[in-house]
Amino acid sequence: MRYVTEFQDPELARGLVEDIRAAVTRPWALMEVCGGQTHTIIRHGIDQLLPEGVELIHGPGCPVCVTPLEVIDKALAIASRPGVIFCSFGDMLRVPGTDRDLFRVRGEGGDVRVVYSPLDALRIARDHPDREVVFFGIGFETTAPPNAMAVHQARRQGVRNFSTLISHVRVPPAIEAIMTSPDCRVQGFLAAGHVCSVMGTGEYPELAEKHRVPIVVTGFEPLDILEGVRRTVRQLERGEHTVDNAYPRAVPPGGNPAARAMLEDVFEVTDRAWRGIGVIPRSGWRLSPRYRDQDAEHRFDVTGIDTREPAECRSGEVLQGLLKPNECGAFGTVCTPRTPLGATMVSSEGACAAYYLYRRLGAPAPGAPAPAPVPSAVPSSAVPTPVEANPVG
Amino acid sequence: MADTVLPQAGPVDPSGWTCPLPLRDHPRVVMGHGGGGALSAELVENVFLPAFGDGPVLAALGDSAVLDPGGARIAFSTDSFVVRPLFFPGGSIGDLAVNGTVNDLAMSGARAAWLSCAAILEEGVETALVARVAEAMGTAARRAGVQVVTGDTKVVEAGHGDGVYLNTAGIGLIPPGVDIRPQRARPGDTVLVSGEIGLHGVAIMSVREGLEFGVEIESDCAALGTLVDAMLAVTPDLHVLRDPTRGGLAASLHEIASAAGVGVTLQESAVPVPPPVANACAVLGLDPFYVANEGKLVAFVPREHTDAVLAAMRAHPLGAAAAVIGECVADHPGMVVARTAFGGTRVVDLPIGEQLPRIC
Repeated sequence: MRYVTEFQDPELARGLVEDIRAAVTRPWALMEVCGGQTHTIIRHGIDQLLPEGVELIHGPGCPVCVTPLEVIDKALAIASRPGVIFCSFGDMLRVPGTDRDLFRVRGEGGDVRVVYSPLDALRIARDHPDREVVFFGIGFETTAPPNAMAVHQARRQGVRNFSTLISHVRVPPAIEAIMTSPDCRVQGFLAAGHVCSVMGTGEYPELAEKHRVPIVVTGFEPLDILEGVRRTVRQLERGEHTVDNAYPRAVPPGGNPAARAMLEDVFEVTDRAWRGIGVIPRSGWRLSPRYRDQDAEHRFDVTGIDTREPAECRSGEVLQGLLKPNECGAFGTVCTPRTPLGATMVSSEGACAAYYLYRRLGAPAPGAPAPAPVPSAVPSSAVPTPVEANPVG
Repeated sequence: MADTVLPQAGPVDPSGWTCPLPLRDHPRVVMGHGGGGALSAELVENVFLPAFGDGPVLAALGDSAVLDPGGARIAFSTDSFVVRPLFFPGGSIGDLAVNGTVNDLAMSGARAAWLSCAAILEEGVETALVARVAEAMGTAARRAGVQVVTGDTKVVEAGHGDGVYLNTAGIGLIPPGVDIRPQRARPGDTVLVSGEIGLHGVAIMSVREGLEFGVEIESDCAALGTLVDAMLAVTPDLHVLRDPTRGGLAASLHEIASAAGVGVTLQESAVPVPPPVANACAVLGLDPFYVANEGKLVAFVPREHTDAVLAAMRAHPLGAAAAVIGECVADHPGMVVARTAFGGTRVVDLPIGEQLPRIC
């Protein structure tokens, strides 16, 4: 595939690794923001190629993992209702809610359907005017525009039986929260390329300057990751902290103006809870007031749900880069993809799933001691929330 | 006694009648087709028998087929097929139902000889569609050199099935000196695959979900009996054969590693993945190692026979792209580990269920 296979060339990778080795004079800790990048790193063993001292820390950029348990439980409640067709991206179906997942709801007779696009859900609504069709709209700046488009089109086409359960999150406030944490070890960021393909790079210079941290926009193939590491390390070694676009084949500086216009039309910025982390100010989107009647939370009564996170899950620390998945005592023992405690073990972009799927040989033996839990990386002022009130998931 | 009042003679409208009715040209399956009466017999006589051929064993139409294996070792297998859609690029549920069981037998080194066919039909499905499925089964059976010798038909109420479900059971004969089973995997064996992986699963996904990947991807659905014959002609000492269907290459290798208590090490770049499959998987966030195949096999072969077996596979049309993809090792028993093109390693785990397309 053009623009993909060229970026998987082992020979070129060796050259990049040599460059990184030549540049490094002391240890550096870099965070890859996106779960897709984490999976590329672990699946291809990129972290094993890097010189000792260059550490990759896994960030919070898995849309499935950070969707709050409360929202998952609301999804389960809505999907269980007679007359509802509940549409979702595939990898949300296995994410555990408090006592079940969407697969279980389907097995119990709920009409839960996997779609590849929110516009498919809109088509289902048009085809079933006698049913309520709900789309589960989660994710970062990447999935928000098509979800906004579905809402916009439903309004335009007069499809009244279509609504969305929205839990969208934004990357820059998460970076801000990580950098202001007293436990933060991150010295450079590999920013998520597909997020920037929508939003451009304009949100990052202020963050880079404020926290004196290099931010390199990075793609998802092995060479993209290595190039992102090389550019970040070079900046760190030179004492620089600028925003650099290492993914120009997909990311124009201004992003995608049409997609951003759609976001502005349909959504408004709001404080948003992140599963396992807590509420981060201005870190999410919700439907703007003029689209409120297409908000599934308004259309269905989903209050009074008893949400309970498993106490032993430490995925919040994993999402903040404070803990490697295989350093968790539950990893690979009580917590596996078959019996997940948290979404990071079940999501296809989750860091725990990546370690379990690809890196179990290096895992500690069952029962090996795990590091003590560390406090949340998010400033305490940011987390007086229902999610914080519950143990992390 | 009053005279019986006969109904007025007039034109007969059979459309409102219910089963059982001896209607030869019933356009749709009705419950009576599964009632064991005349309609059932008509379905067998007009649809299944012509498709499967008129061999003497099937023509006897007994409750069971009486077979005379002549003292040979027998392999016996059964499988059910619930694929949707019923027809897809490169095959149909009929092809799968024959080839699937033929291949299950072949993975024991057995040459399939006889098949049963049980059809579960949904009320309302078009008889012509059933005939197309049956015809596909007959064609596949003749191609695989196997006879369908017994069968059964049931009909379930509309809404309780998916058009056509098929079950096939098969009996095959194992040649003397052949002992092929997962437990025989040994450290030192080489691991071979007979060709490009992932074609069936991606073909099904593309038609089921209406996804287009630029080129039409056809299922690799095929009967592997003759390929296994060619391999056994080189050496009867094949240790393990497996057709990596649901769960794909990853599940098959994992099952073998677990059964034998050995490890498997793969060279990821040696596994043949056709570019259209790689591209489709990249778009959907799937791993081709976990995508289903229907015309491929994995073989664990003693190292000293590897070159000869590989040559025999490549000389066969179904093994033209055969490759050595790894080896059986004593390390990490029960686990499959892939060496990446970049020199790293990753665990290739057993899939939990179906792979799910990722969000972005």
